[in-house]
Amino acid sequence: MDLSHIFNSKKFFSKSFCAVLFSLLSFTAFSQEHTSADTAHAETSVAHAEGEEKEEDISQMILHHIADSHEWHFFGDVSVPLPVILYTENGLVTFLSNKFGHNDHGTEVINADGVNLVNYHGKYYYPSAVKGADGTYITHDSKGDILNTKPLDISITKNVVSLLISVIVLLVVFIGIANAYKKREGKAPKGLQSILEPIILFVRDDIAKPQLGYRYKGFMPYLLTVFFFVWLNNLMGLIPFFPGGANLTGNIAVTMMLALCTFVLTTINGNKNYWGHVFTPHVPWWLYPLMIPVEIIGLFTKPIALMIRLFANITAGHILILSLISLIFIIKSVLVAGVAIPFVLFISVIELVVGFIQAFIFTILSALFIGMAVEEHAEH
Amino acid sequence: MIVGSIAGIGAGLAAIGAGIGIGSIGGKAMEGMARQPEAASKIQTAMLIAAAFVEAVALFAVVVAFLGTGQVN
Amino acid sequence: MTLLALNPLVSPDPGLFIWSTVAFLILFFLLSKFAWKPIVQALDERERSIEDALSKAEMAKAEMAKLISENEDLLREARLERDNILKEAKEIKDQIINDAKDSAKTEGAKLIEKAKDEINNQKLAAMAEIKNQVSTLSLDIAEKVLRKQFEDQDKQQALVNDLLKEVKLN
Repeated sequence: MDLSHIFNSKKFFSKSFCAVLFSLLSFTAFSQEHTSADTAHAETSVAHAEGEEKEEDISQMILHHIADSHEWHFFGDVSVPLPVILYTENGLVTFLSNKFGHNDHGTEVINADGVNLVNYHGKYYYPSAVKGADGTYITHDSKGDILNTKPLDISITKNVVSLLISVIVLLVVFIGIANAYKKREGKAPKGLQSILEPIILFVRDDIAKPQLGYRYKGFMPYLLTVFFFVWLNNLMGLIPFFPGGANLTGNIAVTMMLALCTFVLTTINGNKNYWGHVFTPHVPWWLYPLMIPVEIIGLFTKPIALMIRLFANITAGHILILSLISLIFIIKSVLVAGVAIPFVLFISVIELVVGFIQAFIFTILSALFIGMAVEEHAEH
Repeated sequence: MIVGSIAGIGAGLAAIGAGIGIGSIGGKAMEGMARQPEAASKIQTAMLIAAAFVEAVALFAVVVAFLGTGQVN
Repeated sequence: MTLLALNPLVSPDPGLFIWSTVAFLILFFLLSKFAWKPIVQALDERERSIEDALSKAEMAKAEMAKLISENEDLLREARLERDNILKEAKEIKDQIINDAKDSAKTEGAKLIEKAKDEINNQKLAAMAEIKNQVSTLSLDIAEKVLRKQFEDQDKQQALVNDLLKEVKLN
């Protein structure tokens, strides 16, 4: 693999550095706004122990930033409500998320199209029959798990909007490039084409060809789509304001979907050799009862590892950046910013590289698994 | 709280193991590249894949730690 | 599943799962039909054309080298032929000269022989003539002398005969 032609150019580095710097400046401003609102809220409830409440708030804030939501928060009190679509017992129910106010403490029952619902921490549940002791319509069991059932939530959430944006961006960019290739047939690439061509060639020559051999052609569309989808969403996740900030690839549902696609491709394309390797491994027959279950488990752990790897890498990066910024509010000193912000900057640059490497790893492992499934001769 | 802390310690231990693993992968890869600079690109690919596998172990630990600290509500 | 449900982070949200599956599949089909196919084809095409151009250049180079060597061969052959022709011409010239010399020599010798013969013949003829002349002259002189000195015919005759006997023709 030769990443140097992508990372070598000084231009790329200076540009990306400026982008990160700019985004972080706005990001910190935004977090400050948000957290100060939280702390203001915390300070009003003086009854609680100060420190405890603060820590809870900060971990809440971090989780809130990483999690999905029914509205897109811009800054301060400005946020755009997104449509909520619920598949309830009475069929589909649709409303804008701000229609019933911003109460997400589960203390208020709302009636949407004849269905009673309660919003608890951003999720819609069917309310309990009576108000609980804590003033909510949510019932918890002894372990703290929520007992209420909930409708199937297929809302256009923040992540879904971000997903659609990324899909549109990918379609526009790559169909545009494809047209450029058709128009300028046989000529040297130009503009966006020449930026992305080395990356497409990188996917072909360093990911697909070494893992898949001569069969690489059939899997190129999938590998390219996965690579650019993951990469774009990793980068968009790093942008703290509008078009990004949704942490899509750090959401386990999305990585699960991607891993499932690879799993399905592997299973569909698995040849006799591959299945033979699973059900008749090259071990003495009396080891079969041990080996066959291990091999079958191995089939599933591969995509699960893919899913967890991408999800945890991106989520961990986000948590790290948010925690470092939160240090300012935990220690309650502006001076900490002098240490925290350069550190955040450093981590962000690393995250930029991690975004690329994780896209690469996801794609190359997908190629590897598919390659193992379509390989004609066993490796040993 | 205690569950969360123990999970955190567990994740930390996993991170030590993965750190040692990735460190030795990186070190050996550097050695290999220094010995055979013409094979650098191949070594780099193999290094990244191996590092990803090791890293996955640490990330499993992180996920388990998430599971443990779920009850923040 | 109860363990997974503990943290919202690690519990996949079905709504997002459905949306992302649909969006990703649509993206995949649209891109592979309208983007990846032409792009990968164009890249392959270009690579092939570059390879073609390179191999063609290589071929042209080989052709050129072949042509040059052929030309050289031709030149060398032509030079050899020229040399041969020159050599032959020289030989022919020498031969002609030699032949001419020989024939001139024989001709000359013949002519000389002829001339010698002629000269001899002439000489013989002249000799005969001179002899005749001398004989008539001497006869004439003798007649005249004798006529004056020898009135007497008989004596004269006897003397003449003696004299004639003495004068032997050589």
